[in-house]
Amino acid sequence: MTTRTGRRGAVQGGIGESTLRPDGIPKLRGEFMYAQDMHVDGMLWGATTRSPHPHARIVSIDVAPALAIAGVHAVLTQEDVPGPGHFGLEHPDQPVLAGEVVRYWGEPVAIVAAEDEDTARRAAAAVVVEYEELEPLIDPEQADARDEVFRRMKIRRGDQDARGSVVVEGYYEVGMQDQAPLGTEAGLAVPDGSGGVDLYATSQFVHVDQQQVVAALGLRPEQVRAHPVGIGGAFGAREDVNLHIHLCMLALYTGKPVKMVYHRGESFTGHVHRHPARMWYRHEADEKGRLVRVEAKIVVDGGAYASTTAAVLANACYFAVGPYRCDSVAVDGVGARTNNPPCGAMRGFGAVQACFGYESQMDRLAAELGMDPLELRRRNALATGDRLATTGQLIETPLPVVEVIDSLAAMPLLVDEPESPGDLPGGSGLTTEPHQVRRGIGYALSIKNLGFSEGFDDYAQARVRLTEEGAIVETAAIEVGQGLVNVLAQIARSALGVSRAEVRHVDTSRIDSAGSTSASRQTQLSGGATHKAARRLRERILERYEGDDLDDEGVWRGGLLVVRWGELVEESWEETVTFRHPPTEAPDENGQGKMHADFAVAGHRAVVGVDPELGLVRVLRVDTAQDVGRALNPESIRGQIEGGIMQGVGLAVMEELVLEGGRIRNATFTDYLLPTILDAPDVEAILVEQDGSWGPFGAKGVGEPPTISSTPAVVAAIRNATGKALNRVPVRPQDIALEEVSH
Amino acid sequence: MILTFRLNGEEVHARVDYPASLLDVLRHQLGAPGSKDACEQGECGSCSVLLDGELVCSCLVMAGDAEGSEVITVEGVATEGGLHPVQEAMNRAGAVQCGFCTPGFVVAAVDLFDRKPHPSTEEIKEALAGNICRCTGYGAIIRAFEELAGREVR
Repeated sequence: MTTRTGRRGAVQGGIGESTLRPDGIPKLRGEFMYAQDMHVDGMLWGATTRSPHPHARIVSIDVAPALAIAGVHAVLTQEDVPGPGHFGLEHPDQPVLAGEVVRYWGEPVAIVAAEDEDTARRAAAAVVVEYEELEPLIDPEQADARDEVFRRMKIRRGDQDARGSVVVEGYYEVGMQDQAPLGTEAGLAVPDGSGGVDLYATSQFVHVDQQQVVAALGLRPEQVRAHPVGIGGAFGAREDVNLHIHLCMLALYTGKPVKMVYHRGESFTGHVHRHPARMWYRHEADEKGRLVRVEAKIVVDGGAYASTTAAVLANACYFAVGPYRCDSVAVDGVGARTNNPPCGAMRGFGAVQACFGYESQMDRLAAELGMDPLELRRRNALATGDRLATTGQLIETPLPVVEVIDSLAAMPLLVDEPESPGDLPGGSGLTTEPHQVRRGIGYALSIKNLGFSEGFDDYAQARVRLTEEGAIVETAAIEVGQGLVNVLAQIARSALGVSRAEVRHVDTSRIDSAGSTSASRQTQLSGGATHKAARRLRERILERYEGDDLDDEGVWRGGLLVVRWGELVEESWEETVTFRHPPTEAPDENGQGKMHADFAVAGHRAVVGVDPELGLVRVLRVDTAQDVGRALNPESIRGQIEGGIMQGVGLAVMEELVLEGGRIRNATFTDYLLPTILDAPDVEAILVEQDGSWGPFGAKGVGEPPTISSTPAVVAAIRNATGKALNRVPVRPQDIALEEVSH
Repeated sequence: MILTFRLNGEEVHARVDYPASLLDVLRHQLGAPGSKDACEQGECGSCSVLLDGELVCSCLVMAGDAEGSEVITVEGVATEGGLHPVQEAMNRAGAVQCGFCTPGFVVAAVDLFDRKPHPSTEEIKEALAGNICRCTGYGAIIRAFEELAGREVR
């Protein structure tokens, strides 16, 4: 019998280590299977006919010319939808295929299946739709006036007559950003021969895809199985259904597997975007800079269909004051319904828009008071035990706002003189004279909820079972690139005490929902479920064998190996846990209540170089301190921080879907500017760790905070360099180089 | 036409009777889906391959232009002995997240390090400026190749 003395060492590959992700090597070898790469013999290709108008009545649809093309198996319209025919994440208000009216540019009108992709696209283009154009409603304020809204928010907290001696007002705008994940929408639906279908499609939330397919097509739940697949990024774009129901319809109609892949242009119309916002702010403070009252009105443009507009608007309003104390608050919010492209989830989800508003205001207030911007923020910093300024919710989990500010302030400001053209605005184009470059520094802080809010029953199920090879974590939680397959295995290893653990994805029929891979929630929620399941399994095993330890070799008692791993797993050991975060509630009529389960804060300091004559900006550095609860995989968190900052920089200086009359003018990678490696700032990050969150081992979600305050920090730095007011993101060259037009 | 070229060292044939790109043929006819299709217009570099030793976006190459050529894709970069040093470096540095851009970065970096084994940070950035990554913010990618170049990693 094996014996040993002394204490067991730390488990290999557990939490706190920067373990390498298990899918790294297959991805590096080009062997990882993405939804785009799926192939089954005999499959057809699908394609979509889309509306060329933002608002029109459909007079007639003639599918005959498309059907006449050799190789075309099906051309389906709204008349062919077998069930109720509507879908939507929060409200099923969107038709699977437009019927009488199209409400946005690019809305699906017909779908086809053909023997190859080229034929399918030609057939989709051959469908003849006669439209009677209608006037599109494209101005969200006009929509507000006409009561075309998805939701209104009213928040009133504290003495509404409170007044401060120092007052700043501002108007701010956020443009429409696109998630632009590198992998476009793609999927494959395979009919099961008895009226059901297996769906393999890009997603952030397979259970809700499955539910929407079932509801829209009038199927029974057991007839549809949605499978997690390889996904090339998401950032919110995959939370809503797009090609999922279409694929299932085509597969069920033709009796054959059908594959569909959106091209880039179609992807820009085929998924929801970040809500553009207009925000009016008034901050009042006393002479010492303490906030006395904040008033805001926030209008977000939800576009043509509901998607998650109600929740995005709520977030923008709940976080309208930021991570600051204030006892007198009035916020009004409008989620407008227009004929612009539908907007929904994107990393930061409403908190991004508000943060540009309140942080611009904090800088204005600091200037008005003649105070250092970080000092002003420190004086107002929210902390555990305070109440959120807007909703009055008592903050019960760690909220290290002061620690984030102090960390940022203590970071050395490392900026070299430009060494190479790449450090100059305009880069290697050599357009900028080095002596013209003006440097600027800016700061911003942010706060964001973690997990779903407002009383939503937010849970995740995970299963841990033991096999010959080690522990397997089964889940339907989606890996979009963030590293969930890495961190869930680390959590299982640490909780079990076993070094061999891996994550396996299972379809919706084999496990309950893990919830959405969004709201920075999976490490806490699916991680929480994995943690609990693994811990229970360990407890049960130790109890059963009266052991005092479990490791890769088996069960130990008093230094003796009493059950070897191989013997142990001859029995079935498995534990399935559904994990819920602390309950939240819906707001009362004044927007008050406990709407959120947890919060995370972050701070950013940006350094820019600006060519004021050409209006060009080079973001040189973005340093950050972020509240992470406990860092389960530091390198992975660094990856989230650097990637999130890059998207925040993108929104600050280049990324915008430009609309004209409801149509997107730049739906290509040539015209929608994405940051390249030449635009990447140097990033130094401090992870602020504090115990006390309910996530596994005290972890908080880390995905969204990097994106939220990096945008206003960059704009603050450009203001610092140029003296311009800059009330809109993205900041365009003309905003810097030309005279400002007042609003 | 019947197209013949060498793909990762082996002769391959593909029937091309429509205006296909080299990327199309690789992905859909030759069972080599490692090269990714993300923009179809040469902006993102996800489809980067070496065509007779030259780094190209395969989405911008007409398939017919590959006739008689030598094409190296991400699938042909690793050897039987293991990963290419470029792949090793990216793996170690955590330079892979969703991975959709990864094949393009691998091929572009192989090209860079073949030409210049010890590039400066600026040369690394210039060489990879045609590859878009939406996940990493490029930090880990830069660190991976600084390390491979034998440079001080920030």
